[in-house]
Amino acid sequence: MASVTIDRPIALADWREGRVAWLLATPAIVLLFLFILLPTLAVIVLGFTDFELGYGGFRFVGFANYAELIGDRTFRRSLWNTAVYTAVVTPVSIALALAIALLIEAETRAKAFFRTVYFLPVASLLVAMATVWQFLFHPTIGPINTFLASFGIAGPNWLGASGTVLYGLAIIGIWQSVGFNMVLFLAGLTAIPRELYAAAEVDGARSWLDRFRLVTWPMLGPTTLFVTTISIINSVKVFETVKTLTEGGPNKASEVLLFTIYQEGFVYLRVGYASAMTVVFLAILVVLMFLQYRIVDRKVHYA
Amino acid sequence: MTRLSLGRVLRLSLLSLGALIFLAPYLFMISTAGKAQSEIFSSSLALIPEQWSYVENFTKALSRVSMPTLLWNGVVVCALIFIVQVVVAIPCAYAMAKLKFRAARLMMVLVMLGLLVPIHATALPLYVAFDRLSVLNSYMALVAPFSISVFAIFLFLQFFRALPDDLIHAARLDGMSETGIVARVVVPNAWPAITAFAIFSVVAHWNDLFWPLVVVTNQEYATPPLGLLYFRAAEAGDDYGALMAATLIITLPLVAAFLIAQKRFVEGITMTGLKG
Repeated sequence: MASVTIDRPIALADWREGRVAWLLATPAIVLLFLFILLPTLAVIVLGFTDFELGYGGFRFVGFANYAELIGDRTFRRSLWNTAVYTAVVTPVSIALALAIALLIEAETRAKAFFRTVYFLPVASLLVAMATVWQFLFHPTIGPINTFLASFGIAGPNWLGASGTVLYGLAIIGIWQSVGFNMVLFLAGLTAIPRELYAAAEVDGARSWLDRFRLVTWPMLGPTTLFVTTISIINSVKVFETVKTLTEGGPNKASEVLLFTIYQEGFVYLRVGYASAMTVVFLAILVVLMFLQYRIVDRKVHYA
Repeated sequence: MTRLSLGRVLRLSLLSLGALIFLAPYLFMISTAGKAQSEIFSSSLALIPEQWSYVENFTKALSRVSMPTLLWNGVVVCALIFIVQVVVAIPCAYAMAKLKFRAARLMMVLVMLGLLVPIHATALPLYVAFDRLSVLNSYMALVAPFSISVFAIFLFLQFFRALPDDLIHAARLDGMSETGIVARVVVPNAWPAITAFAIFSVVAHWNDLFWPLVVVTNQEYATPPLGLLYFRAAEAGDDYGALMAATLIITLPLVAAFLIAQKRFVEGITMTGLKG
């Protein structure tokens, strides 16, 4: 041992360092396999079986689950609803967040106050606040419809009618996510060098709109892309409000992806079938991330 | 200098109007928690209750579901998750950032893959496994899947790479072991990242409904969101007074924490917002 240390002290030191590194990383590696990699593989495998909790064995059924998914009206409804919800929540919450961030950034005095107010929903328990929104949306005693009635408008049965339920949920989703996006935009805005605005002004960008078009918007590119991706992913994962307020109803009008998976897997215990749904859900996330990487590679290189 | 220009008036009115809309749910929550059933059904927009019924509504809220148990479960689960996540992630991130670690590349790939997989995707097999091991309805079941946070590894890795190597060399020359370096040099220098991650982790797990709903059927282990769901189920009618009182009690802890440490919250969310 001693002679080795004298002969090749550096190699030994490297070897020792490598061993320490392995020791330090082992708990993380083990847990990563146990709780992320193995379950992900398992869900893919289970998607090809007819496994149901409570029954003993299971058979491999090939793509039967996926074939069933294609014809499953609830699942198709649920995909469609998730898409509609995402298509409403993402653009509105991004546009609102950007507008609020710009207004706050331009303000001198009350910056902290407004930031706090708009961020408050992010720090609030969503299940609890959803309950409050349910009261606000109540068709007869809810403040929203009472308010509308004072103008002679008969408000809809927001969460109770299949035509409006998704929009009701979308309003809650927007309310909850604007503050988060706003904070990211504020960080993006402060990172824009002041000189750029001065330079733009020298080049003749007089109006606020010119400065926004020439400096702010292009410089916010990476932030906007990031906010968009994270907003889409969060919208696709909508679950809390649906479970708390509508249970997918009325008439499956608010069935969304995670809720349908939850029902199939954990209520009806059809694990194999729900696993196939989960694989579709995962595939959507992978595609979204892939798109983001592609756009990052192509577009956001001017900075 | 702070002359109110037209632009500023417009800006402040827009921001105030928006703020009012964003605060409306809180105002109605506080107001309705103090109204009697009859007053709620008279559907007036008045915010101040005619007859103060706070005591009744809060008594009802506290008697149906054990609020202290819920809040305690929330605290225990969030604390356990956070502690384990940090204890597991920091040494790993340190090894990847600062040591000659041949698997660092592979680990990075695994971390990036892990970032893609939310709990919703792994929930089914984990549920089946936990069911077979009969560990459903326990703190173990609530905490275990989150013991590894690839996001924590990712965040700490970025942070550790920026730490000067000299700092670590100096500690080594002083004869410190690698675990000693992690505990006494790296961690004290990583506080900003640790606080940011703490806020991210606690907000995420305090609010999570999905996983507790899957593994807990026993009220004793219910976390705040799940407890509120039970409360709603028990409250078959439209007793919005008691319901609002319950939501108020359950929302208050995190909101209070946010209001006290809001600067850190916003910084933390901005820093961890870079998740993706």
